[in-house]
Amino acid sequence: MARGTVVIEVDRCKGCELCTTICPQGVLHTTHDRFNARGYRPAQLIDPTGKCTGCALCALICPDVCLTVYRYDPRR
Amino acid sequence: MDENLAPTAEQIIEQGNVVYKRPDALLDTWTHYCPGCTHGIIHRLIAEAIDELGLREKAILVAPVGCSVLMYYYFNVDAVEAAHGRAPAMATGLKRTQPDKVVFTYQGDGDLASIGAAEILHAANRGERITVFFVNNAVYGMTSGQMAPTTLPGMVTTSSPTGRDVKEHGYPMRMAEIIAGLPGACYVVRRSVHDARTIRQAKKAVITAFKTQLAGLGLSMVEFLSSCPTNWHMSPPDAMAWIRDTMMPYYPLGDFKVAEEVKNW
Amino acid sequence: MAKELWKGNEAIAEAAIRGGVEAFFGYPITPQTELLEYMAARMPALGRAFLQAESEVASINMVYGAACGGARAMTSSSSPGISLMQEGLSYIAGSEAPAVLVDVMRGGPGLGNIQPSQSDYFQMTRSAGHGDYHPIVLAPSTIQEAIDLMYEAFPLAEKYRTIVILAADGSLGQMMEPAEMPPMRPPLAEAERAAWAVRGAAGRDKRLITSLFLKEEELEALNQHLQAKLRRIEATERRWEEVATADAEFLLVAFGTVGRTCKSVMREARQQGLKVGLYRPISLWPFPWPRLRELARQARGMLVVEMNAGQMLEDVQLAVEGRCPVQFYGRTGGVIPLPDEILAALYDFVSAQRDANAPAGPTSGG
Repeated sequence: MARGTVVIEVDRCKGCELCTTICPQGVLHTTHDRFNARGYRPAQLIDPTGKCTGCALCALICPDVCLTVYRYDPRR
Repeated sequence: MDENLAPTAEQIIEQGNVVYKRPDALLDTWTHYCPGCTHGIIHRLIAEAIDELGLREKAILVAPVGCSVLMYYYFNVDAVEAAHGRAPAMATGLKRTQPDKVVFTYQGDGDLASIGAAEILHAANRGERITVFFVNNAVYGMTSGQMAPTTLPGMVTTSSPTGRDVKEHGYPMRMAEIIAGLPGACYVVRRSVHDARTIRQAKKAVITAFKTQLAGLGLSMVEFLSSCPTNWHMSPPDAMAWIRDTMMPYYPLGDFKVAEEVKNW
Repeated sequence: MAKELWKGNEAIAEAAIRGGVEAFFGYPITPQTELLEYMAARMPALGRAFLQAESEVASINMVYGAACGGARAMTSSSSPGISLMQEGLSYIAGSEAPAVLVDVMRGGPGLGNIQPSQSDYFQMTRSAGHGDYHPIVLAPSTIQEAIDLMYEAFPLAEKYRTIVILAADGSLGQMMEPAEMPPMRPPLAEAERAAWAVRGAAGRDKRLITSLFLKEEELEALNQHLQAKLRRIEATERRWEEVATADAEFLLVAFGTVGRTCKSVMREARQQGLKVGLYRPISLWPFPWPRLRELARQARGMLVVEMNAGQMLEDVQLAVEGRCPVQFYGRTGGVIPLPDEILAALYDFVSAQRDANAPAGPTSGG
């Protein structure tokens, strides 16, 4: 089972929620407790049990190229 | 790595592959587009295609007037700014004097279908070997939401406050179908960018369009159904659904002109 | 090279070709269509770009695109078509792309007619489009002069990164005269292309050519830069011809073919004993006003003759600054003023000045 993670450039994010909507694992969420430098509520990864598979659908739909997606496949 | 222990994020970054990162042809700069505006997705697809085909040093972008008027700050290629609607004419001047370069325009509804209607029609009719990216969001974005030639019947805009009345304002223009009817056009398709599947198909169309220019086959055009959350007064996810549910029935996705040679690729 | 018989429109086209034009984009409009047709035959044969565009709007934007890429691009048109090009000319000026334009003026306003006129003077010299700038405007009076000015147009446009307009009229475009052609300029090598040209970012950072500057400070800085450039052009590029001005009491001031007609008028008047000189501006912008202002000190009057309702007249009035009387004689509607009527107007003006200057007193006759 592939394992993935994403790195979000917080200050690029405009809080559009396209990635939080598309994520099949439901590990992307809009922050509610802070703003980024431009006053948006950025997306964040909350994945304590390692559900992210690195499918990169978030990066596919992000209009602001905020996401870098990593994937590690232990079977390789 | 012990498979019984889930790897940490740091371990994944350190030992895994980068599956997705910003394409080189897009500069590392914040864009002025509204949250959820699909210009960002389309820019990215074009930048990825430029990277994958190795076009950065040959590409010349002709930027429009509209929300994407500043797009030349986001792309790492030579660029010129055209007057509203005139991009296909500027592109013609560039391509005819530098035929070895890859010249592409990027235009919105007003730019291409309204004030620029003559320019795109004649560039396509002449078969200019340029690539045109047409971003259709059924409204005028930059000037804050007026009716466009692509506005749907009944759609309320700031210049059609009681909704587009086809008896007064005519029907929305299906530009892909119109341009596809001209022999000089070699590859004319309509795609969308509202979900993962359509985004992947749009990416393939962008690559094919550039390839037709490299093969000198004629004018290539990709029309993208695109969202405008701000002027549609919707959230970005709702706007994506609106493309699927309301725009696509009027603007079907498909391949309206595919030159013989391209069919064999 | 020997003299050959040339038609004006075709001579201008050939001179542009010898001068190095690499791309011509134009649209048919009387009375300059022969220029387009000549280019249609010659340019492809030389491997250069030619296209009949769908309109003058498209033509000027094709020129703009090609010029941004460092190519020597030009177009030609007549008055109504030039009006359509104003938007494109403004963009070209704001982005400092060099470009060359030929205006073969016809009767207006509106659709007008296809006879000659000079009524685009304001349109060309005041900016040829929105915003603060002036193209260089050169007005030949003979076909030879048109050839010579056209041949220098591209180096001049490139020297200042500006627009050069050759201001002709329908009679110059249609007439035939013997003239000599200059030699063919060699083509530009890639290394000679401008350092700002958009040609694909190979081995270098990207370049951008735009006229959009959303921040006021930036746009003001651009305008100050453009104005400084215009001052440099004014200091260096004023051109005119003066004939028999040393002892002239009256001056005829005219440009283009009317300037040529006024030469005949001047000679006729001199033969009849009137001390008349001719001042013929060749650069309509920058207007050669300093010398005219000097001449205004010695002259008792200037008669400005134009094929319009009084356009260069205003520049003459500004130059003269009230130092001597300035009168106007003009024909509109495409009518060409003939020597006899100009001479009559000159005599009317002269006698009015003499009457005005006659000493007051009971003995003056009726």
